[in-house]
Amino acid sequence: MTVDLSSEVAQHAELIAALARTLPADALLHRKTDLKPYECDGLTAFRQLPLAVALPRTIEEIQAVLRVCNERGVPVVARGAGTGLSGGALPLGNGVILGLARLNAVVAIDPRNRCARVQPGVTNLAISKAAAPYGLFYAPDPSSQIACTIGGNVAENAGGLHCLKYGLTTHNLLKVEIVTIDGERLTLGADALDAPGYDLLALFTGSEGLLGVVVEVTVKLLPKPDSARLLLAAFASVDAAAGAVSAVIRAGIVPGGLEMMDRPAITAVEAYVPCGYPTDAEAVLLCELDGIEAEVVEECAHAEAILRASGATSIRTAIEAHERAAVWAGRKAAFPALGRMAPDYYCIDGSIPRGRLPDVLRGIAELSREYALPVANVFHAGDGNLHPIILYDAANAGERERTERLGTAILALCVEAGGSVTGEHGVGVEKLDAMCTQFASPEIERFHRIKHAFDPHGLLNPGKAIPTLHRCAEFGRMHVHRGAVPFPGIERF
Amino acid sequence: MADADCSTEFAERIRAAAPARVPLCLRGSGSKDFLGHPSPGDALDLTAHAGIVRYAPDELVLTARAGTRMAEIDAALAEHGQMLGFEPPHFGADATLGGTLAAGLSGPRRASAGAARDFVLGTRILDGHGQSLRFGGEVMKNVAGYDVSRLMVGAFGTLGVILEASLKLVPKPRAQLGVRMQLDPASALDRLRSWAQRPLPISASAVVDGSLCVRLSGASAAVRAAAEELGGERFDDDAFWLSLREHTHAFFADPRPLWRLSVAPASVLADLDGPVLIEWQGAQRWLKSDASAARIRAAASASGGHATRFRAGAAPAAVDHVFHPLPAPMLALHRRLKAEFDPHGLFNRGRIYPEL
Repeated sequence: MTVDLSSEVAQHAELIAALARTLPADALLHRKTDLKPYECDGLTAFRQLPLAVALPRTIEEIQAVLRVCNERGVPVVARGAGTGLSGGALPLGNGVILGLARLNAVVAIDPRNRCARVQPGVTNLAISKAAAPYGLFYAPDPSSQIACTIGGNVAENAGGLHCLKYGLTTHNLLKVEIVTIDGERLTLGADALDAPGYDLLALFTGSEGLLGVVVEVTVKLLPKPDSARLLLAAFASVDAAAGAVSAVIRAGIVPGGLEMMDRPAITAVEAYVPCGYPTDAEAVLLCELDGIEAEVVEECAHAEAILRASGATSIRTAIEAHERAAVWAGRKAAFPALGRMAPDYYCIDGSIPRGRLPDVLRGIAELSREYALPVANVFHAGDGNLHPIILYDAANAGERERTERLGTAILALCVEAGGSVTGEHGVGVEKLDAMCTQFASPEIERFHRIKHAFDPHGLLNPGKAIPTLHRCAEFGRMHVHRGAVPFPGIERF
Repeated sequence: MADADCSTEFAERIRAAAPARVPLCLRGSGSKDFLGHPSPGDALDLTAHAGIVRYAPDELVLTARAGTRMAEIDAALAEHGQMLGFEPPHFGADATLGGTLAAGLSGPRRASAGAARDFVLGTRILDGHGQSLRFGGEVMKNVAGYDVSRLMVGAFGTLGVILEASLKLVPKPRAQLGVRMQLDPASALDRLRSWAQRPLPISASAVVDGSLCVRLSGASAAVRAAAEELGGERFDDDAFWLSLREHTHAFFADPRPLWRLSVAPASVLADLDGPVLIEWQGAQRWLKSDASAARIRAAASASGGHATRFRAGAAPAAVDHVFHPLPAPMLALHRRLKAEFDPHGLFNRGRIYPEL
């Protein structure tokens, strides 16, 4: 096959010239050295330079960039802060990165209607900060909340430590303004609690940049709970801790957060930031109750009784904000702490029905032995969102591949238990093969048709989130032959 | 009625209807027939496709077939001290799960707990090819693929037949208490607004007949403390909240058409020639009025929302649109989505918009 290089170069030059006509000089990057910082997102194993990076400051500039790309059939990948863990914002070699970080204004905080109108590049935490003077906050709190943007949160349907009680991004949005690939501006949702027609806001949330570009978001704000208590409960077995999670849920208690860590994770954390976790325990649960003082006191006593009845060997209660922060510090430092235990680690993101926690955790322990790789568990137990972390050393021959196979086996276990291959990190480029295990061809085909309705020429983040049927067929063949398929890349932070 | 899986039979009906584009009118018990435009075609009766497929009280998840009666679901949940968080209206003794989700209606708890779509974890549907598709599942968090399950909620069956749905459940609150105070609507809205900025266990509110009524739900200590803070006269009347949910309250007996205005909660609406009942801490306003659709819709739009001609009233007058018309680009997108799910235009043609 011959490639007409001269015409490719000419097309590239023409694209840059067209973009340069629509954007101020400092809003367009196209030299290799300038493009470098955009070559990957949080999934750093995948790297690719785009043709250009557009950094608009206004919605009009976003529309103009999209029109330029649409007319020329050039793919566009929208990007917020680039903290995503599945490669959703990985550039395409023949495409443009549309960076939205400069649209970072909190347009309005409306305490009367309890909502905030913000531009897509505003960070998650900045919304809560802007709302704080009114006693309000934005509930979803992904671990990257200092850096991640609300536009990216919408694209990924981000979760966080407190979504058990307060819901995911999809439950906390009122309205999203989007621009479609042809530059048209559409409003999904409303200032009211619902909008006429199909629930396109729900469809759009978590669509990973494949349907449109987020240009403004109106989020719901909630009154800050005036009280919270955090229980740190130790257990003599992972089974007992998993059973306690079910018992708490069954009792009708809805904690703000219900997190679990197993012994390898506890040991790692205590060696990194000692915060008084019982190192002789096989597992700990962090159960935080928040709300009105009277309610918190009552629920806390109830939860404590249930944890004891479920076999907790010790329970510590943190009441004051600084005490709670000290206990949370361990959980929040879990990933870096584990990062010190081995040269490399791979964090998996699967979700399962909560009642299957004991089975699946046992299954993961068995797989860990079978593959001879240590696995630590630090996860959102209350909503069944697992984050098994495989510790390995890529320098050892074959270990990286064995890690990939173990990851695939763990996700297959989640699907088998009635779960999902991604609870909150998204599909991006990382989970494309895993999608083939969760969905059959008719569903995959329907996803492609939905994209077609929004983006008929497939120019918005093409190749991400939804595998081609061809890829699934290939995957199926390889799966049968070899029992597992390697993920091409696995490094994470 | 015996529980049965009729999905194969439905799929055959759809495949038979497709070549000649014979429209099908999807129907449960018909309890929401009044809402929307009549759609032409043969009825595809979904009521026989019934039964709770799986109920896991420990996990607060229920999966049931579309024809399952809401009353049966409520009874099963009540046995385990659980309920549907969105408190859906039934509008009939035989209301089904499929119809409830297709209509996407939520009851008094909506403003504090969430809408029907917020509680849907997964669905199984039949598309316009008679193909069975499964989206989502029974897990709390799942970001694999587009959220088609929630898209089905409120689509009035125009995108496909909801065969089965999995719902997230909530525990029944341990304590519940109502407080009531005499207040004019403007002061009542002011009061609701100031309360909304405090973490109070308000699970429902209504402004009607010169009173502000508030329902408090949660842990007993919290409910008692909040009742003291709010003041007013205490009343414990489940029947009152049920009458709002089911539109059996005297307000709804007025013979004029019933309009539903969904607006930004703090909105101050001009007089629209009729009595108003306010719910959802201000976000849902029921209006009994003969005012023109254009005038009512303009008022709702100006308040960040939309208006639905919910019931026709005693002397039905034709309206062009029951549901708030969509801007042209949005309607075009709706049509493209409809064509992807139901390319032969079989399902509930015209029920929400003539173009769908």
